[in-house]
Amino acid sequence: MKPDPIIRVKNVSIGYDGKVIMKDLSFDIPKGDIFIIMGGSGCGKSTLLRTLTGLIPAQAGQISIRDIDFINANSKDKLEIMKNSGILYQGGALFSSMSLAENVALPLQQYTSYSQDKINQIVAFKLALVGLSGYEEYYPSEISGGMRKRAGLARALALDPEIVYFDEPSAGLDPVSSKNLDDLILEINKTLGTTIIVVTHELSSIFAIGKNSIFLDKTIHTISAKGNPNELLKNPPNRQVYEFLTRGESYEKRTK
Amino acid sequence: MIAVKTKDDFIIYTLEGVLTGTEHIDVPTSGLDNKKIQLVGQNVDSWNTDFVITLFNALKHIPQENITYSKLPKGMEQLLRLAFQAPYKEQEIPPKKLPFLERIGELGILFCRSVKKGATFICECLSSWGRQLIGNAVYRSKDFWMILADCGPKSILIVSLISFMVGLILAFVGAIQLKTFGAQIYVASLVTIGMTRIMGAIMTGVIMAGRTGASYAATIGTMQVNEELDALQTMGISRTDFLVLPRMNALLLCMPILILLSDFMGIVGGCFVCVLFWDIPLSEYIKYAVNSFYLTNFLVGVFHGIVFGLIIALCGCYFGVNCGRNADSVGTATTNAVVYAIVWMIVMTGILTAVCEGLGV
Repeated sequence: MKPDPIIRVKNVSIGYDGKVIMKDLSFDIPKGDIFIIMGGSGCGKSTLLRTLTGLIPAQAGQISIRDIDFINANSKDKLEIMKNSGILYQGGALFSSMSLAENVALPLQQYTSYSQDKINQIVAFKLALVGLSGYEEYYPSEISGGMRKRAGLARALALDPEIVYFDEPSAGLDPVSSKNLDDLILEINKTLGTTIIVVTHELSSIFAIGKNSIFLDKTIHTISAKGNPNELLKNPPNRQVYEFLTRGESYEKRTK
Repeated sequence: MIAVKTKDDFIIYTLEGVLTGTEHIDVPTSGLDNKKIQLVGQNVDSWNTDFVITLFNALKHIPQENITYSKLPKGMEQLLRLAFQAPYKEQEIPPKKLPFLERIGELGILFCRSVKKGATFICECLSSWGRQLIGNAVYRSKDFWMILADCGPKSILIVSLISFMVGLILAFVGAIQLKTFGAQIYVASLVTIGMTRIMGAIMTGVIMAGRTGASYAATIGTMQVNEELDALQTMGISRTDFLVLPRMNALLLCMPILILLSDFMGIVGGCFVCVLFWDIPLSEYIKYAVNSFYLTNFLVGVFHGIVFGLIIALCGCYFGVNCGRNADSVGTATTNAVVYAIVWMIVMTGILTAVCEGLGV
């Protein structure tokens, strides 16, 4: 039996300043899934992510998260949803004036009444979870890009959220760091049961971690394929998906 | 060098020697229906992209299938084929200017939007302040102390130096005029009243706008570029609570103290000129300065300073929060923060002076 969707997106249009980039987007994200939002550069993947996380408003349609209408939710419900979501931004988005420990501790200080001792323990645990044990007192400027992303992930996981969003997790990482981050995503999904939504166009990551996916097609301004990325590769529904998943191989040659 | 000859259906262009792009290539624009162009390379010593562009411009009206290439240098033929493949874009005609009234209307709409945006920001800050009063605002005390250290103690030297110089200039300029009446001793009164009433506050305001206001805009603007503001928003943490409030508090706390320092240093600057250049005894200067010191003037100056502090913090944070997402935007935000802060400070000085005059202060 398919698990209940944790996010339902129905006929949503996204864009900026009244300009629609993608329209009629409808899809469900099952609880505990690793869901990939893929598509070529500039197709609106990050805009969709920003819409799902409430950073920009949807231009039309409905988004429900944990059965709450996210678009029309009151501020209390919205805050509750935000507390249950973590986001890893492209560059980590760590606060540069704070150490890694302070960064991870921030949501805990904001939303829990834990003692400082307990917060310190949770911080140490979360940093260890992403392989940054011993780096508590380092500042973002003192660590590498890959470490910044992992620290950003530790912060995203601080409140044990049900949903974690990843915006281009592999961007700017070497292949080994990129693979390590993929393994970490799989591990978090497996051990904590977290629903993971990844915006990426990195093929190796898509095939390694993706359980479900949507393909945003900028030629038709909507979703042109849904399903498991490996299945989509085997049975591509259209030329754009096939070319994207095979790095531009000829669709005609494949059909012959 | 380019040699041209016609053979049967072909016009043959033979390219040889050094090709720099300054050559004149004569290609007929009509009567080419049954003709083909052949480009032949022969002992080409060197060529450059400029030459390929010249050649392409001369041949671009001819269908590509009517052009053949023979023994052209490696790369030249490839570049020419690429040039023919790329869609040729005519120079864009700039959009027609809107009629005068429409432009006025558009500017009016833009103005109303920016007023609305600014007013919303001020309301957000006021509500943050309200939350702070009831203990609900969230910001790290560590951040507040760091910001306070930056805009307070670290500004002492520059504020002291500039205020000293302003006092010195006031005394010089004043003494030259007063000397004609044999009243140079009143320079002490002029400097004291001038510094305590308004000059101390204005000079401190200008320094702090350039130093601290710019720094606020640059810091918050960079946080916008690095998606740190997005991270705060998605964590459900208020940006005004977390970023604007500590900065506003720090400036409001620092400004009166810096103004006190500025007033003092200005009077010292005046004293320096009077004693060293105008042979006024130190005791006389101090006596006249003390007699001209009115608490009302000092408090008016401090009140100006508090208003200026608020303006600097609001401008710095507003332009930082509304910064774009690239390095250029951070520069623009910083410039705007300083310019708007200074303009608003001068406007507010005018308003406050009129109000004080009305109140008889």
